[in-house]
Amino acid sequence: MQKEYTVTVYTEDRIGITNRICVIFTRRGINITSLTTAETEIPGVYKFIITVISEKEKLVKIVGQIERLIEIHRAFVHEEDEVVYQELALYKISTKALQNGNIELLIRENNARILTITEDYFVLEKTGHQQELIDLQAKLAPYGLIEYSKSGRVAIIKWSRRFHDHLKELEQQRPDNLKQATYSEHTEVSAEEESI
Amino acid sequence: MQQKDVLPMKPEPAEKRAAATAAPLNITGSEAVIRSLIAEGVETIFGYPGGAIMPIYDALYDFQKEVHHILVRHEQGATHAAQGYARTSGKTGVVFATSGPGATNLVTGLADAYMDSTPMVCITGQVAAHLLGTDAFQETDVIGITMPITKWNIQVTRPEDIPGAIAKAFYIAGSGRPGPVLVDITRNAQVAKFDFEYKKCDYIRSYRPVPKLDPEAVAAAAELINNARRPYIFCGHGVLLSGAEKELIQLAEKAGIPVASTLLGLSAVPVDHPQYVGYLGMHGNYAPNIMTNECDVLIAVGMRFDDRITGDVSQYVKQAKVIHIEIDAAEINKIIKADVAVHADAKTALEALLKLVKPAKHDEWLQGFREADKQEEEKVSKKELYPAEGGLKMAEVVRLISERTEGKAVLVTDVGQHQMIASRYYRFKDPNTNITSGGMGTMGFALPAAMGAKVGTPEKEVVAVIGDGCFQMTLQELGTIYQSEIGVKIVILNNNFLGMVRQWQQLFFDKRYSSTEMTNPDFVQIAKGFFIPGKKVTDRADITAAVDEMMSHKGAYLLEVVVEKEDNVFPMVPSGQPIANIRLE
Ligand SMILES: Cc1ncc(C[n+]2csc(CCOP(=O)(O)OP(=O)(O)O)c2C)c(N)n1
Repeated sequence: MQKEYTVTVYTEDRIGITNRICVIFTRRGINITSLTTAETEIPGVYKFIITVISEKEKLVKIVGQIERLIEIHRAFVHEEDEVVYQELALYKISTKALQNGNIELLIRENNARILTITEDYFVLEKTGHQQELIDLQAKLAPYGLIEYSKSGRVAIIKWSRRFHDHLKELEQQRPDNLKQATYSEHTEVSAEEESI
Repeated sequence: MQQKDVLPMKPEPAEKRAAATAAPLNITGSEAVIRSLIAEGVETIFGYPGGAIMPIYDALYDFQKEVHHILVRHEQGATHAAQGYARTSGKTGVVFATSGPGATNLVTGLADAYMDSTPMVCITGQVAAHLLGTDAFQETDVIGITMPITKWNIQVTRPEDIPGAIAKAFYIAGSGRPGPVLVDITRNAQVAKFDFEYKKCDYIRSYRPVPKLDPEAVAAAAELINNARRPYIFCGHGVLLSGAEKELIQLAEKAGIPVASTLLGLSAVPVDHPQYVGYLGMHGNYAPNIMTNECDVLIAVGMRFDDRITGDVSQYVKQAKVIHIEIDAAEINKIIKADVAVHADAKTALEALLKLVKPAKHDEWLQGFREADKQEEEKVSKKELYPAEGGLKMAEVVRLISERTEGKAVLVTDVGQHQMIASRYYRFKDPNTNITSGGMGTMGFALPAAMGAKVGTPEKEVVAVIGDGCFQMTLQELGTIYQSEIGVKIVILNNNFLGMVRQWQQLFFDKRYSSTEMTNPDFVQIAKGFFIPGKKVTDRADITAAVDEMMSHKGAYLLEVVVEKEDNVFPMVPSGQPIANIRLE
């Protein structure tokens, strides 16, 4: 059955890794509906949080193919109840709307927060599940919503502690005589190269 | 001009090689590339120069004693040669190519090596780092292009990163499930100097190539085997890659299990072994295919249930418990659900399993295969191998080569009817003597792969069996064969058709032969142009002598055999159908 799943991928910090991961979904004709990535608490290890609408069985196989990539530590598929997750939305609304008393109530009821107010517009922030964010957007529309922007999913896996320990263990297992090469960004060089 | 049967240069003694890596040395990135390769034990490189890799070729000039460079005629040829080399020698094949068109010409070979798990390291030159992303002359995003068809790839833009990248490349290419990797080195990194030091790589934090054997899984597998009445082993390429041929045969003998082989598993078990029951798949043997749906325990070793093996998966081995021994976790449960998954290297797993299986015999079960064999023999093989009249048949040519070489030659095949016929009828004796493009089915594979195979095992005879269509895809490598004096035997089975496609047109497209007939050149004359002797045979009366002449000739030789135009390869499982629908005629 098609459903929304969260896929998490732990990776090394390497140019092109996003591409490598995405290609695997592309090949199976699966659309990524959101993607968030940032460094984890372990320096040099990144976590990708990907949401897709697909079938569990298919995703289990895809996760296997993702794990096969050299710079990937682990990859998992999660059901909704295996993760605690949030998304964040920003709403830019015309300042005129504040003259309408109802909007204050709307902001309070939805636990939204005003980030900034200028003469022309103010910016609201709300975190929550996707549907709540979309619902608020709909409610704000009549007040002159100028712009709306939503993040991908940020998730914590309920049983993730063990995995992080595992990563740290791996770090320790590394033979200390083996320095891992660091691959840097392009270095600047002079333009005297000729080509053939 | 007569070719000598010259073997590739002898590598330098170990001490001298070690001296080459004594560190640190202030050298250019290019010299570091060569010294790194020497440190990895590389003796042969297949390649083609160009602007962006010229500094590396220049550095190579000083190391002609240590490494032997074979100048191919097309970069695709270099990749297939490296594949042939890797698969006979067991070492990692190495390829050099320049940026842009040189690198894009590697794509087919990389994809082929990726599908067939062949260890290969390709080193490409790239425009200078400051030009990257500017559409500079001969700049191509090689990393982006090759990402889905390499096990790993990397772009290096600083000389000091070269040794580390090459060390990683060799470690990744050759370990676990082997595969091709690509190292793209910008021109500035090739020319700048740095303090070179080389350390082999044996650890990458996020990569565990050798899975830990789970004793419980092995015990569960042994229990299934010990209780089986009709156990059945499938031998895949993984058996050859892990060098587990002996263990596989011991298991089959001890527990009385019939063994069938996939296309790439061929040669792991001698064809005349009493437990061997044949070749699986679309054009494989009748018995092993049809009996698949009768076993009660299937032991799949180092194979991945390709759709040319399974046919319609929904009707495949439904009745049996499946034990899948596989080093690549992603292959387990991908196509066929395993009842017992042994995630391990084939050799390790089989060694452990051998200790736990009980001696058994399953004579009646084995006998079933022999009976089905008889049907194939009667309906197909006899007529193919020993035809009394009509035009020459591919199978009889293969039989003669097989007899003349006693099944001990390295048989390199291209793609099409001749490939299937050769795989069916060559009587393999020794491991790693079957070199073919399995996963990709790349036409043009055989001639360059045979070159590489000969360089990889100069002591063996190497015979390439090639279709007239395939030959014309990479025939320029005759130039390499001549220049590098590589003594391969080339057999063109000429049916004036893209035979395999024509067969499908005949069977499934109402004989509408759309663009499959070939008007061919004089192949022997072409070989002559490359100073390679040859002969063309059209009559049955001449074929034995011609095969003899070819095999006793020292050095390269081309034999063109004109075979029946509209022959078909049977048995066959029509694509997408259940294997039980295998047709004998
Ligand atoms: C590069 C490439 N192009 C097309 C094909 C499709 N194809 C598979 S077999 C075949 C015919 C091969 O003809 P030939 O070399 O004459 O061999 P035969 O089948 O006649 O033995 C073709 C065109 C392929 N496998 N590879």
